[in-house]
Amino acid sequence: MSDIADRVKKIVVEHLGVEEDKVSENASFIDDLGADSLDTVELVMAFEEEFGIEIPDDAAETIQTFGDAVKFITDAA
Amino acid sequence: MFDLNGKTALVTGASGGIGGAIARALHGQGAVVGLSGTRTGPLEALAADLGERAHVLPCDLSDKDAVEALPKAAIAAMGRLDILVNNAGITRDGLLMRMADADWQDVLDINLTAQMRLCRGVLRGMMKARWGRIVNISSIVGTRGNPGQCNYAAAKAGLVGLSKSLAAEVASRGITVNCVAPGFITTAMTDKLNDDQKAALLTSVPMGRMGQAEEIAAAVVYLASAEAAYVTGETVHVNGGMAML
Repeated sequence: MSDIADRVKKIVVEHLGVEEDKVSENASFIDDLGADSLDTVELVMAFEEEFGIEIPDDAAETIQTFGDAVKFITDAA
Repeated sequence: MFDLNGKTALVTGASGGIGGAIARALHGQGAVVGLSGTRTGPLEALAADLGERAHVLPCDLSDKDAVEALPKAAIAAMGRLDILVNNAGITRDGLLMRMADADWQDVLDINLTAQMRLCRGVLRGMMKARWGRIVNISSIVGTRGNPGQCNYAAAKAGLVGLSKSLAAEVASRGITVNCVAPGFITTAMTDKLNDDQKAALLTSVPMGRMGQAEEIAAAVVYLASAEAAYVTGETVHVNGGMAML
């Protein structure tokens, strides 16, 4: 797994308090990992800080799964 | 009780009577205060009077970019932002039949939209800290209405709806959002009334006197404190009993 994926997973695990093995490629933050809408806002904030990037609101809405997040950040970084 | 040592607070409209009293009261409980307003003279004078733990942060709330920049400036000056008091407001009174669109829009922009932008701007830090206090200064007029103040009353009622909705959104993160609704308070604005006008106003106030700015500030201190953690989406009416809601 890439370094980016590891760092994203660490944030997700810490923030949502889920088991690491639950955070799979297609795991949806809301449907599979128990996030509420405010959690998703906070995850995006955490990603922005960890990777020093800006994630605009319209892009943030497309980040639904762990895989989406890794892909977006990989492309942006 | 109500110790604010180690907390930082941004107060808009701190150059006015009520805003100045709020800033003094928060400062008196130990908070670092950011004093915002359009008139730098009174802000500088207040900061000088308070001494340490006071920062002057001028801002024109009719300027969108300046409003967006204010939370950042407050954090730059004070390191973080724990408490936001949206106190600033303007009036452009007149009967609705004769109200110009600009008089409506200016009041909505400065008394409601700017508050929304400031709330939005301070949330990130508060969410990370899992602690925050937002106090929006509404008015009895927002609940009771007042002829000649359709614009002002709409904005002040709007603040209550904004506060309740935001309170529900961020309660789980330790952030409370409340309103304080003053009744008739002695300020530069009410000093312009003549004795007959004041006497007429006071017939509707069981307490039989105007309120003092410090009495508004005391309610703000409470809502800003750790002790008020379980109070959110609420409006505290400070009006001498003129409306018991």
